[in-house]
Amino acid sequence: MRLLFGSLFALVVAALVGLGATYFALARGAAFGALTLGSWTAFPKSGTIDADPYARASLARSGRLPTSLGDGVFFSAKTDDAGRPLDGRCNVLVSGVTPAARFWTLTLYSPEGALIPNSINRYGFTSQEIVRRANGSFEIAVAPRANPGNWLPTGGVDRYMLVLRLYDTAVGVSTRAGREAPMPAIKTKACP
Amino acid sequence: MIRWLLLLLGGLLLGGVVHLATIMILPRTATQDAYARISPIAPVNTVVALPAPTPDRELMPFMDPAFATAVCRYDIGKSPLKLTVPVSLAYTSISFYTRHDVAYYAINDRAAGRRVVDLDLMTADQHNDMPEEEDVTAADRLIVESPTTSGLIVIRALATEPGLMAMARNTIAAAKCQPSPLPQASR
Repeated sequence: MRLLFGSLFALVVAALVGLGATYFALARGAAFGALTLGSWTAFPKSGTIDADPYARASLARSGRLPTSLGDGVFFSAKTDDAGRPLDGRCNVLVSGVTPAARFWTLTLYSPEGALIPNSINRYGFTSQEIVRRANGSFEIAVAPRANPGNWLPTGGVDRYMLVLRLYDTAVGVSTRAGREAPMPAIKTKACP
Repeated sequence: MIRWLLLLLGGLLLGGVVHLATIMILPRTATQDAYARISPIAPVNTVVALPAPTPDRELMPFMDPAFATAVCRYDIGKSPLKLTVPVSLAYTSISFYTRHDVAYYAINDRAAGRRVVDLDLMTADQHNDMPEEEDVTAADRLIVESPTTSGLIVIRALATEPGLMAMARNTIAAAKCQPSPLPQASR
């Protein structure tokens, strides 16, 4: 009897620990080889045949197709540079320059990866569309209400994430420091 | 007391095994992965344009709204596939995914360096079966080896501004993927 209870206890612990760890790993989208530049994170290796089992599992669960490394790199940001979660009711300024790439797109998604409805049907910018300063840097206002210049509407949602995709770029698995890959800064300016 | 601690330790170790096993098995059992989402609208070995993502309806999460997208769901179990993609004005890329959504190859318009990207997709066995001289005469032929017999080819054309989306869509609408039997070794 003691043996039965003992092994039952061990099996229950195993199931809880094993499935719990899998759940949390997938909920966080964990994978190896993260490339973090400022508040931006990319998993360049997830877009190759060498993708690790965690990357494969979270891709299968989310239902998205990874950006192939031969195509580009997918950077996402869920917080501003101070570590504060991106809030759709605040005015957030994305400014600076991007790493060298032939094209890039900046897109705003809900944390689940859906586009967010807004009055002007704008979901992002491409590198060709934005208004730049004389030195080539840009400023994009991510805000619930209209702003002059490059305005990316948030639709007033609680939480959102920004995705910067660099197409045809040298940024990849071997990129290390922020100096060779300067990413735009994200700053929360005003919150109601 | 010691006995329960040992059982706890054993449970934890077994839990690690369960965790790794579920992570490894998950891609093979997922019913809502990208391949499964695309399958109902994409017949085998045909290029199909995907609907543009909107806030209410999107085929997959995290689709880039600046791109016109088309897919070819391929099955090269019987014969290799020939893919022809005309290049759009801004940026066109062709990405190859296995049956389990792992990206194994991608090429863009600049790397292809032509107005029309022309390539052959085959398994490693089919590549080995190709007659030698065929390989030589077609030195500029682009051959891609697929690690699985089925998978996805995703063709994407960038519309640098919303007004150019119609043009990007038209360009990839002309893309073709069709089975092309191997040339016989003995002629």
